[in-house]
Amino acid sequence: MSLRSKDLISIKDISTEEIELILETAAGFKDVLGRDIKKVPALRGKTTVNLFYEPSTRTRTSFEVAAKRLSTDVINITTSTSSVVKGETLLDTARTVLALGADIVVIRHSCSGTSHFLAKNIEASVVNAGDGTNEHPTQALLDLFTIQEKKGRIRDLEVAIVGDILHSRVAKSDIYALTRLGANVRLIGPPTLVPDYLKDLGAKVYFDMNAGLEGADVIMMLRIQLERQGKGFFPSTHEYFRNWGLTAARVSRAKDDAIIMHPGPMNRGIEIASEVADSSRSVILDQVTNGIAVRMAVLYLVSGVKA
Amino acid sequence: MKIFIKNGHLVDPTQKIDEICDIFIQDGKITEIHAQGAKGKGIGAKGSKEPAAGKFDEIIEASGMIIMPGLVDMHVHLREPGFEYKETIKTGTEAAVRGGITSVCCMPNTNPVNDNPGITEFILRKAILEGSCSVFPIGAITKGQKGEELAELGMMYDAGCVAFSDDGRPVMDSLLMRRALEYSRVRKALIISHAEDMSLAAGGVMNEGLLSITLGLKGIPAQAEEIMIARDIALAELTGGRLHIAHVSTAGSVELLRAAKKRGVAEVTAETCPHYFSITEQAVCGYNANAKVNPPLRSEKDVEAIRMGVHDGTLDVIATDHAPHHKDEKSGEFDNAPSGISGLETSLGLSMRLVDEKVLTLGQLVEKMSLNPARILGLHGDNHSSTLTGIKGTLKPGADGDLVIIDTKTEYTVNAAGFKSKGKNTPFDGWVLKARPVVTVAKGRIYRWE
Repeated sequence: MSLRSKDLISIKDISTEEIELILETAAGFKDVLGRDIKKVPALRGKTTVNLFYEPSTRTRTSFEVAAKRLSTDVINITTSTSSVVKGETLLDTARTVLALGADIVVIRHSCSGTSHFLAKNIEASVVNAGDGTNEHPTQALLDLFTIQEKKGRIRDLEVAIVGDILHSRVAKSDIYALTRLGANVRLIGPPTLVPDYLKDLGAKVYFDMNAGLEGADVIMMLRIQLERQGKGFFPSTHEYFRNWGLTAARVSRAKDDAIIMHPGPMNRGIEIASEVADSSRSVILDQVTNGIAVRMAVLYLVSGVKA
Repeated sequence: MKIFIKNGHLVDPTQKIDEICDIFIQDGKITEIHAQGAKGKGIGAKGSKEPAAGKFDEIIEASGMIIMPGLVDMHVHLREPGFEYKETIKTGTEAAVRGGITSVCCMPNTNPVNDNPGITEFILRKAILEGSCSVFPIGAITKGQKGEELAELGMMYDAGCVAFSDDGRPVMDSLLMRRALEYSRVRKALIISHAEDMSLAAGGVMNEGLLSITLGLKGIPAQAEEIMIARDIALAELTGGRLHIAHVSTAGSVELLRAAKKRGVAEVTAETCPHYFSITEQAVCGYNANAKVNPPLRSEKDVEAIRMGVHDGTLDVIATDHAPHHKDEKSGEFDNAPSGISGLETSLGLSMRLVDEKVLTLGQLVEKMSLNPARILGLHGDNHSSTLTGIKGTLKPGADGDLVIIDTKTEYTVNAAGFKSKGKNTPFDGWVLKARPVVTVAKGRIYRWE
């Protein structure tokens, strides 16, 4: 079996079977990462371009490591050093990248729909590393992988996602992926960041943190983007933490074996208390490691599909 | 020049004509209409008689065709001066006549803004030299459309502006809007409101709802439009000014307007555009920037309400809000694409669907697209000096000989690449429509297409 598309743009667009294929493939690559020689020649001679229009250390590095473990050449282009600042259009940049010989373009952009646009317009495989407030599909896949690894299943788990759902591409992709695989998703946060429309995605909405965490198997915290402060979404980070910060007392509402996840980077003391972040329940570092395996699987599988 | 148009089916509500007629035009004015029916309805008094061909410079055979007074589009962006790469007065009016439109009102958001009589005169001069149809400028309400102080409304009116609007931007300051509605009473000038609460709509690029969430695009709630319409109706009641609401897109807006008209706020009129009764926000899916427009495409429920509003007369006018943009601007990031649809060449075909679907009669369609805008703008021989503007919206003897001859039976496929307009930005590319003009007569000239 293979993927149907040369690209990975959104969880919405791929089938359940494709999600499962990626997770299985990732499991194989995770074994590779545990070996002494952590590299396979699967994509030797191919070129991966990381085209990042938004600052990112974590995701870009994860993609870079994944690409290198597969033996592809990696080129990193970020806004500060490329001709983007000279006013070049997205399409012109992409065409230039293609002319340089890229086989896979990994793109991160602050505008929703850019990876979709790119995929339509160039022959190389396009992997969405986060577009605006739309989707971040590889993050959802690594979250699924981590939950599966820790819990042995996805179906019927109670998963609470806490924070700025409205602006979070991670939350969107996670909601689509988790509901697709049969988990029950709860969304927790202030109404300004958790609009009622989200109920139509098959999730339950809670404004009360304690009620939302009751009996949860998985707690996924989202990063509060500090630039939202002062825009009226919530009055202060202090008040936010009082209401929606993850403390040990709140964790105790969840199941005894509940795991705690965070896509990083964390704001300690704003959305998550340090003691919780560092507790044995936290699988945050496993997410980072699994991210490499999942991104290896994605790069490997998309490059096997001809345009 | 003498033109004789024979055997066409004329629809002209001002003369209660809906039958086969012969039409005579001399030097750009209607001279006679002869109804061919047995009774003849007394029009032209002499009944049907075909004059000798030699007496006419042009004879147009229109049997099997529908003839309407030339369409009057009161909401058009011609982009000149300043944005000639998007459209010019020349190309915009060529697109208009291709769409059966013989009068266009051009919005002032040019560069420089049409906020003084010098720019108004520039536009009118260009239109005389290069325009295929009549052009009536709309002046800015405020200087530079900045929403800070009134522009020279009186002098612009005297230079030829037929209405005032800060279109593209609202007048957010309620006191300033009040002053505009009050001051414009001196010449009974029309104030056109682009109804959008800028703080509520800030950063929005499509309709707010589940779809905006799942596309990750910032939404604009219907209330951003409705709040301003409610405010402007209240200000019209306060001042007695003449208010026209541009591009109505939501069910709530239709409700507000219906209530205002029922209450007897006499001087409030409103328009909608073909895209608001033809497609929903679903057209945005796939990040189609050609479906990005302001106000945004709305929900199924809104589309239904707009159709009802057109049907029951709450919405007086169908205008295009023709907003041509360059291809490069519409390809790339959806967030960064400018809003707007190139509408002049699809307006009649899309509106004709309302007739096919029994939302409107053919006569009502003529009212929405020709007579009502002509009346509202004072181009019907009532407000402005008709020696300057001519008489639009009717084919009564003495009126301008602007008309459109339409093949309402043959289907055609919309081909954006073939638009006369420089703006190929339409979500209707590839649609199959009917009612394409085969002949448009404007400014005494005949435009013909196969």
